[in-house]
This record gives sequence, structure tokens and C-alpha cells, in this order.
Amino acid sequence: MTQTLPRPEAPAATRPAPVRSRRDGRTRAARRLPTHLVLLLFCGLWTVPVLGLLVSSFRPAYDISTTGWWRAGEGILTLDNYRDVLATSGFGTALGNSLLITVPAVAAMVAVGAVAAFALARMSFAGRRAVTVAMIALLALPLQMTLVPVLRLYNATGLTGTFAGIWLVHLGFGLPFTVYLLRTFFAGLPEEMFEAAALDGASTLTAFLRLTLPLSGPALASVAIFQFIWVWNDLLIALIFLGGDPGVAPLTVAVSNLVSATTGQGWQLLTAAAFVAMAVPMVIFFALQRTFVRGLLAGSGK
Amino acid sequence: MVPTTRVLAALTFTVAVPALVLGWLWVVGRLEAVLPHRFHRRLVPWLWLAPALVPVGVYLAWPLANTVWLSLRDAGSRGWAGLDNYRYLATSAEVHTALRNNLLWLVLLTGGCLGAGLLVAVLTDRVRYEAVAKAAVVLPTAIPFVAGAVIWRFMYQYRPPGLPQTGTLNAVLTATGAAPVAWLVDTRTNNGALIGVGVWMTAGFATVILSAALKAVPAELHEAARIDGAGPWQVFRHVTLPHLRPTILVTATLVAVSAFKAFDIVYVMTNGNYRTDVIANLMYRQLFVDQHDGRASAIAVLLTVLAVPILIVNARATRAGGPNR
Repeated sequence: MTQTLPRPEAPAATRPAPVRSRRDGRTRAARRLPTHLVLLLFCGLWTVPVLGLLVSSFRPAYDISTTGWWRAGEGILTLDNYRDVLATSGFGTALGNSLLITVPAVAAMVAVGAVAAFALARMSFAGRRAVTVAMIALLALPLQMTLVPVLRLYNATGLTGTFAGIWLVHLGFGLPFTVYLLRTFFAGLPEEMFEAAALDGASTLTAFLRLTLPLSGPALASVAIFQFIWVWNDLLIALIFLGGDPGVAPLTVAVSNLVSATTGQGWQLLTAAAFVAMAVPMVIFFALQRTFVRGLLAGSGK
Repeated sequence: MVPTTRVLAALTFTVAVPALVLGWLWVVGRLEAVLPHRFHRRLVPWLWLAPALVPVGVYLAWPLANTVWLSLRDAGSRGWAGLDNYRYLATSAEVHTALRNNLLWLVLLTGGCLGAGLLVAVLTDRVRYEAVAKAAVVLPTAIPFVAGAVIWRFMYQYRPPGLPQTGTLNAVLTATGAAPVAWLVDTRTNNGALIGVGVWMTAGFATVILSAALKAVPAELHEAARIDGAGPWQVFRHVTLPHLRPTILVTATLVAVSAFKAFDIVYVMTNGNYRTDVIANLMYRQLFVDQHDGRASAIAVLLTVLAVPILIVNARATRAGGPNR
């Protein structure tokens, strides 16, 4: 678009006026200076806290409690905090627990959610609209509204503190978003494709498995990553439904236990512990930033 | 170490659920073949929905109604409590403190996230390092709130005047000659400090949405306004902002609802001490410390009732052309 518009400076280019154009460049840079400064401030505010913790996590206990992280250069750097946290403080187990909670929950959510989304997107039946609206309404429901009855049910049936229990909780809570996101995507697939498949005698199951799913890779990836990060980062559900047993605690619970257990002593472990808890989401963020951002955007459409 | 049985159970669940769903669909397909055609439309969709409707019913729909019922029952739900639990909400000082703090969360978290998100979205749009600057602000949205709370506990760390400060903020303060502040203990600063962590963790969400909406504003409009002699501020004020309005509103409602649900940051950083309690944290304590299911349920009802008006605004704004639609 910009190229088609007349450029007022165009004649100047034919005349030798390098001095003036350089001055123009300089005033333009000066005008942009506030933009750069504000952005620099934001980038600093958003990265320095992470950097500070990262540097601290390599410092010995005495250094952490006496000087700030910016003076790390004067002391020694060590991997002891990571070794202690993973080997002796049970964070190795917590890391395993986080994975064992998250992966099955997300697999179930995507499998069950995709089937329901397909029904809502590609089948016409009485009650379709009602179910869709109900799903969207439940999507917005504050989770707190459901916690007490489910906890009472779990206490009565002995599911509290079990992984099966927490997989199913996450499945139930995560389904509305999964269904919502996938339904929107499936509904956007071309109708003619499904008509052609039906003419060829394809069953509903074939249309779902052979047609819909292979075309929905990006949507499935977005929802899986979004839910993976959501479940991985969850504290409240794990606190409530896994009970107090540290043996089954995921990383988020282990870190929060460590915070309440350490008042002064053991600070140095907290730095490494937080990084262990952040590592997987950070890797996902940097490796799959686009897919993650797409999930965030879809989340705003609820 | 994680017991092998647990690993096996997780693997089994991961494989079994999709397999069971497939098996179910196969059965439905067989059924479809033998059933008279007129049943197809009426029955088959519901059979496809069933695997999702069962967990949604058990974990969301039934508890929703049951919570309201429990809120009218006593601590262990052995007898009726009438409106006692709601009387507790109306008269208890701890509830009032929590409500006041949630109101503060609502205003400052929403304002902070929207302000920061809008500023970063608009400014990064004009520079070459847009991707890097946005990534810095968006990264915290991917990490656990618990980790963010630990990061900021170190930022806010306080040591008495005279000792070298180990917290970044107090080090900066004392370097300028000011006295160090006990950010998380001082009741003048602690709620703001907690909400600041919330803004730090959530502003990226607003940035992503607003930045995408900004790219969708037709470039011709900007160009036309500029040719008409509008300065950058006027272009923003009269062209960009009106276009972003529906998106801003939807984003604001989403952040506002999360302000009501705020839990992790408060739980980890102060656990509601020094008058920083919030509704969600209070509910957790009623549930586990006081073991009062009736009060915990009443708090949940209150939280939901407070969120409903915001959700109505959200639904209207989404329909009126928010993001994605």
C-alpha cells in the first residue's frame, strides 16, 4: 500500500543533499527514542526478575543470604542447589509426578474432546445449540464453584490422593475449552469435502478419523499445548485433590511446600526448585511459541 | 523416586482412554448400521457426545447445583444451616477484608494488564525487534504462578536498614538513598506488591490479544489519517483505539474474572497474612483448616455471583466483534 502513495520527499533524492537526509534520520531516531526507552524498561522489568533467580540458583547458600545476585561475580558458582533439590528434596519425584499427571490428562482431554467437538460441529440434531451454549457457559464458570462437591465425592469414594482421581478432575474441568476450540475449527472445514466423502460411502467414523483429524493438526496441537501448560502449572486442583502426601505432589505443590517450610533456611533450594518447575513450560514456550500464542488467542475467544 | 506402578498406570490411562473412545465409536458405528435410519439423527450425535458429557456432568454440572445446596447446610453437611453461611459472609471481618482486596485486584490487575499490554502491543508494532520484546513479556504467561511467586519473593526481599539488601527492588531503593521497604509485610504496599506479580504474569496474555487485534486494523486508515495531518497520538486516539475497543473490552473481562479467582500468588507469597487475604484463599482455608464445607460453598457461590456480571459483559462484547469473531 505504501508504495502506491506519492512520496513528498521524492524530488530531494535527485539532488545531492546527503547532509539534510542524515539530519532527518537523526531527528527521526530522536523521535523514536521514547519508544525504545519504554520498551527497554518493559523488557528489563520482565526479564531481570527471571535472570536474577537464574543467577541466584547457581550461588551457594551463604552468598544468597548475604549479597544480591548482581554480585555473583565476586563469589563462586555451583550446581549444588540443583543437585540438592533433585536428589534430596524429592523434586525428582515431583518432576516425575508432574509429567505423570499432565500427559495422561491432556491425552484424555484431546481424545474425548475431539469426538464431542466433531458431533457438535458436523452433525445436526435437536439440542445441538443447547449443548454448545452450555459448554461455553461452563467454560467461564469459576472452578471454585465445583470444588467442594467433587472433594466430598472423592473423600467418599477414596479417589483423593490418587492419580486416577486427578486425571479425571482435569479431564472434566478441561473439556469445555477443548470442545469449544476444536468445535470452532472443525466447523470451519469445507462442507463439500464431507459431502463427497459421504457420497463415496464413508461412514461417520471414517469422516472423523480419515478426514477431520488429519486436517486439524494445528488446532489439536494448540489445544494440547495450552492444556499441557495449564495442567502443569496448576496448584489449586493438585492441592485439593492430591491431599498432603508429598510422595504424590507435582512440582507446583512441592515448590509451595518448600516456600512455607523455609523461613530463612533453605532459601538457596527455592531458586533451583522454581527453575525445575519452570523448565518444561519454558522449553515448550521457546520451541513452540507460535502454537502456544495461537492457544492464548483462542482462549480469548471464549 | 516415582514408583513403577504409577508410571505403568499413567501409560495405561494415556493409551486406554483414546482406545476406549475409539472402541465406543466403533460400537456406535455398528449400531448405526443395524438401526433404522430415522433413529440416526436423534441418537447417534448423543452417543458421540456421551464420552464428554459424562465427565462434564460429574465434574461441572452436578457440582454446580450441589455447591448451592451445600451452602445452605452446616459444616459437615449433616443438617440444614438456613442462611447461617451467608450471614457469615455478610458479617465476618475476614470476608470483608478479602472482598476489599479482591476489589483492589480487580481494578489494579485489569488496569495494569490492559495498560501494559496495550503499550507493549502498540510500541512493539513500530520497532524491528518486535518478536524479541513481545517474547520477553509473554514468557511469564507460560510458567507456573508458583514459580512467578518465588521469583518475586526474591525481588521483594527485605533486610533491615544498614545491612546490604539482597532483594533487587530494595537494593535499587537504598542506592538512591531511600529506606528499604518490607514489600510483603507492610500493609501499605503488600497488596500492590502481590497484584504487581499478577500483572507481571498476565500482561503477556493481553499483549498477545491486543497485538493481534492491532495488526488487523486496516493500514489504509492509518495512512489516510496521517495524510490528513494527524499526529501519531491523534492517529492512535481516533483510529487505532476505536478499532481495538471490542477487543480491549473482552480482554478486560477475562483478566477481571481471573482477578476474582486469584489464589496461587497469595497462597505462596503471604498465605493471606498481613491483610492480603483474597476470596479464593479464604475458601481454601474454610475447606481444609476449618473444614467447614457449608461456608466454603457459600464463598464459592459469592465468587460466582460476582463473576456473572463480568461474564455477561464478556458474552455481549464477544458477540459484538471481539477477537476471533
